[in-house]
Amino acid sequence: MSKNLFVGYNERDTFMHRLSGSTKLIGFVSLSIIGMVTFDTRFLLGIFLFSIILFWKSQIKLSEISFILKVIIAFAAFNIFLVYVFSPGYGISIYGSHHMILGNPNQFFNLSWEELLYLFNVLLKYTFAVPLALIFLLTTEPSEFAASLNKIGVSYRISYSVEITLRYIPDVQRDYRTISLAQQARGYEISKKANLITRAKGAVQIILPLIFTSLDRIETVSQAMSLRRFGRHNKRTWYMARRFKMADYLAFFVIFLIVIVGVLLFKVNNGRFWNPFN
Amino acid sequence: MSNKNRSVQTVVATGIGAAIIFVLMKFIAIPTGISNTQVNVAEGFLPLLAAIYGPVAAGLAMFIGHALNDFVTYGSPWWTWVIVDGLVGVAFGLFKRQLDIQSGKISVSKLVLFNVYQVVVNFVGWVLLAPTGDILIYHEPAGKVYVQGLATWLLNSISVAVIGTVLLVLYAKTRTKRGSLKKEK
Amino acid sequence: MVEPLISFKDFSFKYDSQAEDTLKHINLDIYPGEKVLIAGASGSGKSTLGRVINGLIPHAYPGTISGSCVVNGKEVADSSLFDLSFDVGTVLQDPDSQFVGLTVAEDMAFSLENDQVSQAEMKKAVSKWAKTLQLNELLKNSPQEISGGQKQRVAMGGVLIDESQVLLFDEPLASLDPAAGLASMKLIDELATKQSLTVVLIEHRIEEVLHANIDRLVVLRDGEIVANDSPNAILESEELVGLGLREPLYLSVLRRAGIAITDCQQIGHAETITNPAIAESLKSWTKGAKLTYADKKMTNLLELRDIKFAYGAGKNVIDGLNLIVHQGEIISLVGQNGTGKSTLSNLVTGFLTPDSGKILFAGEDMADLSVKERSEKIGYILQDPNQMISKTTVFEEVSSGLVLREISNEEIQTQVNEVLKICGLYEMRHWPISALSFGQKKRVTIAAILVLDPKMLILDEPTAGQDFRHYTEIMSFLEKVCAEKDLTVILITHDMHLMLEYTTRTIVLDAGHVIMDDTPAKVLTSDNILQRASLAKTSLYTLASRFGLPSADDFVAKFIESERRMR
Repeated sequence: MSKNLFVGYNERDTFMHRLSGSTKLIGFVSLSIIGMVTFDTRFLLGIFLFSIILFWKSQIKLSEISFILKVIIAFAAFNIFLVYVFSPGYGISIYGSHHMILGNPNQFFNLSWEELLYLFNVLLKYTFAVPLALIFLLTTEPSEFAASLNKIGVSYRISYSVEITLRYIPDVQRDYRTISLAQQARGYEISKKANLITRAKGAVQIILPLIFTSLDRIETVSQAMSLRRFGRHNKRTWYMARRFKMADYLAFFVIFLIVIVGVLLFKVNNGRFWNPFN
Repeated sequence: MSNKNRSVQTVVATGIGAAIIFVLMKFIAIPTGISNTQVNVAEGFLPLLAAIYGPVAAGLAMFIGHALNDFVTYGSPWWTWVIVDGLVGVAFGLFKRQLDIQSGKISVSKLVLFNVYQVVVNFVGWVLLAPTGDILIYHEPAGKVYVQGLATWLLNSISVAVIGTVLLVLYAKTRTKRGSLKKEK
Repeated sequence: MVEPLISFKDFSFKYDSQAEDTLKHINLDIYPGEKVLIAGASGSGKSTLGRVINGLIPHAYPGTISGSCVVNGKEVADSSLFDLSFDVGTVLQDPDSQFVGLTVAEDMAFSLENDQVSQAEMKKAVSKWAKTLQLNELLKNSPQEISGGQKQRVAMGGVLIDESQVLLFDEPLASLDPAAGLASMKLIDELATKQSLTVVLIEHRIEEVLHANIDRLVVLRDGEIVANDSPNAILESEELVGLGLREPLYLSVLRRAGIAITDCQQIGHAETITNPAIAESLKSWTKGAKLTYADKKMTNLLELRDIKFAYGAGKNVIDGLNLIVHQGEIISLVGQNGTGKSTLSNLVTGFLTPDSGKILFAGEDMADLSVKERSEKIGYILQDPNQMISKTTVFEEVSSGLVLREISNEEIQTQVNEVLKICGLYEMRHWPISALSFGQKKRVTIAAILVLDPKMLILDEPTAGQDFRHYTEIMSFLEKVCAEKDLTVILITHDMHLMLEYTTRTIVLDAGHVIMDDTPAKVLTSDNILQRASLAKTSLYTLASRFGLPSADDFVAKFIESERRMR
């Protein structure tokens, strides 16, 4: 299942694979948050390099992620283009100085080192979490995911919802394909050849049977789970849960250090931005 | 139905609802050319999920489905939008009692009311909350995020108005009682 | 005296959504260690009875109860679903809904997780039951990677792990191919003895369930128990057919040959039934019966020439396949899951393009035809009608394909009404689809394709999950329509009765090519083909070999033909 949903969990024996899913989840979440908030270029670059090293250490092959990489590059490039076009002087207003490359500050379209640094920050923000997310996806068994969520404090009911999502995505996908083929065989068009309205009509034609079959499934799955006592207690145990080992505590320490550095930098920088132009 | 059964049903509806949302986002999104914005069939499914299973299931399902989709396509979720999408699900779910879809009686006035409500909800979500979040957290230029927000507001409102309304009506029709059926010659 | 484990006393139940009682004054005792089959046609109330035993009624299905049902000392209505689940382990009909974990091991441990059992204990219990059920190798597999039979074993593991005394199966054969079904029945028998379990099976396919060596047969009709005795006693009488159930084939053929079942011993299996007169009577009956040979249909309609196909860079799923389907034939396409049956139909309907080879339809090469253009010639009907229906009323659904073709409204009216009349749906044309039964929905999906006026139909498992009456209803309807419109039909199926009774030719697919192309009777009497296609021996074949009939397939073919004439 993991094969068609995620870029693909791969069983390997590396440090990252041995860490518990909860540790990786905490790491991903805390580094993402601190990275989202800070605009300290040095710090972002640091996290980025750090995660690239982890990525390399996890022995993930480039071929496993090449598809996702293309999408991310396209996404980042397009967004950066928009950010610039909408407000080319944004960097100047943030850093309060202007070191011009092209044009002057009074023109709408100009280019300054401040803007470049700001855009570079934005680029880092789009990309710094990607290696972390990929490491998480590629080194954590999908089965362990729900158990990890529960362990870091998410209620077990919500955690199990996530498990059910992962469990039934392939089934829903298969139903979707079957239904879509059957409807196309009756003349409905959903391919790019058709215009927006036709495609929307075709889409309704497909999702209606898909939704109705899924609603029936919700009923039976709920019954199957009640018959095996899901929801009986306020807690449950997990077959796939992993206990914290030495490595996990070590990882927590490293995560903690990075976060602390990030927070201290707010003080040093007097805010979220590192300003090299002063 | 006892409370415990209902809570299991909410868990399952959340899980399978998220799976459907994920599949719809992945397979039938009709791109518009503005980044991050598309005619989203999954948004059209949300009102029905919300009308049947309520705010918790709809909100969480949208959150999980959107987050997973972002993970798989962009490597990392764009949290502000994921959260707003979840909140929109919750807001739709709060309208469950007014719609009362299980009764099978869904009048034009109810639908109009719902559509006014959804346009407002989408406005609050996509024009007020999401861009503000983007400015605060990601420090993106206001012009850019508000244009994206406006576009998403329009597109999602249209998706819900067209696909969502159709689904609500069709689902309500399946709830009609058998009793009155007569064979016609 | 032994106390009954399950005891119904004057028990009635009415669903809130229904006007009448679904179960009426049921009195039934099931004792520890018994294996009981509860049979009945669709709508007889047999599934409802099962839901009472596991507590889904009244806890998940609201309704009105009168009388009492006690399971292991607990009154069902007053106990919680959770309490009851310790006594009764339920294996549901749909293995995909029962399987809620991401892997086999997790799913087996599911109830233990909910009971907060420690991880070490769970691992121990899982490995114990995995061994008993031969699932050791599969513990890390996802539900998408294992077969229907294996999924059912996982489901059994998931409830046996509770050490509950009663095992309840809801239509255990519905989603299995014949070979897996047979294996499952034998496994149930073996487990019940070894673990001293009480087993309740809810099924309408009596002949197959007999392989589980059941102790008692309870037959329901319209919510009432109409028979409750040892299987032999009920089989002896000719009641079953009158109750909408199918009598085991070996008994029907013996009756046809003039043997009184009451004079036979050990009538529970084709392998054991004895009576000194059987051999003689069967031989003389076979000699006397005549086979009419249908005229060979000779016009080629669909022609596949050396088709090869692989998904991506994988190995060939269809590997040099040649096949000719003649105009007006009804053929069955059989083979194990994953041997390329659905790939083949996708190649014909144009969703997939062959890597090499040619597909001709009425002599015309189809390579340049789009999916839409092919759909005008070949109609494709899915197993589950719910996956095809996307409108709310019968008329809208049937007309939707024509509406897309942009023809005039009056034209649509005439064509749709004509098809609705053929399909027996005309009177219901304005009904909401949700008010139709499963069989009626199936007819709607067939009507929606027929209205497009195809030359050929491909039906995927048209009879899956249908009881004998609905099965006969759908198939006689299809037979009639085909004769009227000179349609050619390909049935993709595992149902051996269907092959025998309604098709004239069977194509067996294995590893991407045709391994046998012959009459259904010949296919079902070829040992090594049966195994490769995941089919099982029919009891007719068993009789033929036990009593030394000169030609098993001749015997099978003659019996089926005489059955057909009786219809």
